[in-house]
Amino acid sequence: MAGFNFDLCKRNSFLESKGVKAPGYTKTGTTIAGVIFKDGVVLGADTRSTAGSTVADKNCEKIHFIAPNIYCCGAGTAADTENVTGMVASQLDLHRYATGRESRVVTAMTLLKSHLFRYQGHVSAALVLGGVDFRGPHLFTVYPHGSTDSLPYCTMGSGSLAAMAVFESGYKDNMSRDEAVSLVDRAIQAGIWNDLGSGSNVDICIITKGKVDYLRNYKYFMDKTYVRKFPVCYPPGTTTVVREKMVALKDVDVIEGEASEAMVID
Amino acid sequence: MSIFEYNGSAIIGMAGKECVAIGSDLRFGVQFQTLATDYQKIYRIHDKLYLGLAGLGTDAQTLAARFKFKHNMYKLREERDIRPSTFGQLVSSTLYEKRFGPYFCSPVVAGLDKDNVPYLCGMDTIGAIETAKDFMVAGTAPDSLYGMCESMFRPDLEPEELFEVLSQCLLAGTDRDALSGWGAIVHVITKDKTNSRTLKGRMD
Amino acid sequence: MEPPTHCRAGATLPSGQEFLQSFQHRIARAFAGDTFEPIPLRCQMAGAGVQQPHAGAQAGPRVHANWSPYDDNGGTCVAVAGNDYCIIAASTRMSSGYAILTRRSSKFLKFSDKCLIASAGFQADLLGNTLYYKRFFPYYAWNLCAGLDEEGKGAVYTYDPVGSFERVGYSCQGSGKDLIQPVLDNQLRAASPLLLPAKNWMSSLPLDQAVDLVKDAFVSAGERDIYTGDWVELLIVTKGGIRREELELKKD
Repeated sequence: MAGFNFDLCKRNSFLESKGVKAPGYTKTGTTIAGVIFKDGVVLGADTRSTAGSTVADKNCEKIHFIAPNIYCCGAGTAADTENVTGMVASQLDLHRYATGRESRVVTAMTLLKSHLFRYQGHVSAALVLGGVDFRGPHLFTVYPHGSTDSLPYCTMGSGSLAAMAVFESGYKDNMSRDEAVSLVDRAIQAGIWNDLGSGSNVDICIITKGKVDYLRNYKYFMDKTYVRKFPVCYPPGTTTVVREKMVALKDVDVIEGEASEAMVID
Repeated sequence: MSIFEYNGSAIIGMAGKECVAIGSDLRFGVQFQTLATDYQKIYRIHDKLYLGLAGLGTDAQTLAARFKFKHNMYKLREERDIRPSTFGQLVSSTLYEKRFGPYFCSPVVAGLDKDNVPYLCGMDTIGAIETAKDFMVAGTAPDSLYGMCESMFRPDLEPEELFEVLSQCLLAGTDRDALSGWGAIVHVITKDKTNSRTLKGRMD
Repeated sequence: MEPPTHCRAGATLPSGQEFLQSFQHRIARAFAGDTFEPIPLRCQMAGAGVQQPHAGAQAGPRVHANWSPYDDNGGTCVAVAGNDYCIIAASTRMSSGYAILTRRSSKFLKFSDKCLIASAGFQADLLGNTLYYKRFFPYYAWNLCAGLDEEGKGAVYTYDPVGSFERVGYSCQGSGKDLIQPVLDNQLRAASPLLLPAKNWMSSLPLDQAVDLVKDAFVSAGERDIYTGDWVELLIVTKGGIRREELELKKD
């Protein structure tokens, strides 16, 4: 693991002491959720990421790959969720190379929580981790400080209350796959419509023994509600150009063949 | 004051049909005092890849030098130019390395990938990538730029149309921002040429 | 002046005098940008060296640090004046933080068949209408007044929270202001103000094109501003009276 570089911390805190504000980070306001059903786990997420009150990305991916049998939804600071899941995914990959065995969900969970605990909540990733291993389906929530829960259904993010309301009223043990997908879909939509930090589309990921169905944009709500009757068209020359520099790019053809003598090393 | 408002900047990247464009304003200032009106915030990585760095000028220059170095090392190892998507990941990991003491820069990467498919992405200061099929903005007044792009962007623009749309978005967006503007530069990258045009803008 | 006592839930409330003082402190801090964000007012810069007061400025003891008398209920309003019409439009979502309070709240107040106001921001503050009267504890609301003048031409007046106002050809206020204003500038003034002659400040667009522009502006703002959504209500004032139109925006 690479580790962080703290070179600029002193300068940045000096600037802050002078009253200069550091910029905010892109957050995934987020509704993420997961349930265990009869044969596996269903994970769900919305697709909005925000910078303050502005939408930064209308269709981002919040369900991250961890291992072929494990996926993880991320809420919190976008960079942290992206990197912490990526780091664990690569560690598990190496572990599978070394051992030749399928990764376990608890292993992923332990790697995540020990990393997050080490940084005492400063790596702000709130995660819903789900997967199926030889012991069956597992679902965990991982909090930014490194604590974890193991639950049959769980939600995270700013829309977690909206989503949990749906789960509390609709969850049953031993649901069928379709029931579970529809429940998660409704939970995520509760977040999308009622929580301003969540929005756009529904992503769903269904993990069963030996099979993953990643349904990107399972529900798509992004079309604009109005198309202009008089579209704007700028005729060429609308913008005043002061200077112009054109560089033609020549294609270099690479011809396969014998290496020249000078390049051959004895 | 936000550190982004120290020097002022505005950058837009926009994708067209087998072409991509990236433009920035030309102001360099220290808070409300304008020091230069020919300060470029876009750096050429290779023929088909440009990087815009909005934010604190000193960090932008440091980062630009580091990316130039990293691209040179990549070329020595791989004997080819870096792909825009790979470069996006490189920028992201370079920024995330400084998660707890970040460079105050938010980058926009614009380039043509394999088969001249436009690649566009942006990041916050700690490298959270947002890839976009349409446009990407960064700078002191991102909302003004977003508003214009959201209204004016159409998919599959030809290079000349793309230039006009991006230029209008950039000029109209910066006119409502006191800290950016003073002219602009727009690079349009197509499969066989790059065209860099300096625009006349309001000088107030 | 004695610093007022801290007030916690369950503790006795401060006396009237202390309460007044604590308010004064809070207002002082509001302008020092500490307790809550200062309300952006229109100002002319006095010189190049002017700096925003920052968090380090100490303007009194910290009082009621976690409470603010203000909330921002979001929403955007736009007005465009034409030769014989005036369009005034506002989104209908009312929110607080990440929560939607209602999807259907009209931001308009009708004075007559030719005069309306629309107000974005803190909706509770609409109760008053004299803004300068509250100069040091302003109503946290951004107003637009639109209608037809005595000649029957469109008129738009735009206000800041403390009552500075101006007659303009078009204006935009509220949470989506930053997104919409450059679009209106570009479309109603001149696409390239340096090359093409600046248009009259009153919109020369025919009514249907102006309505099209306003609708698109709201749809675009709704894409990026989380506080603009649900519906946009347009009121079109002509000498024949007021016509109402409505357009659905995204609900997320």
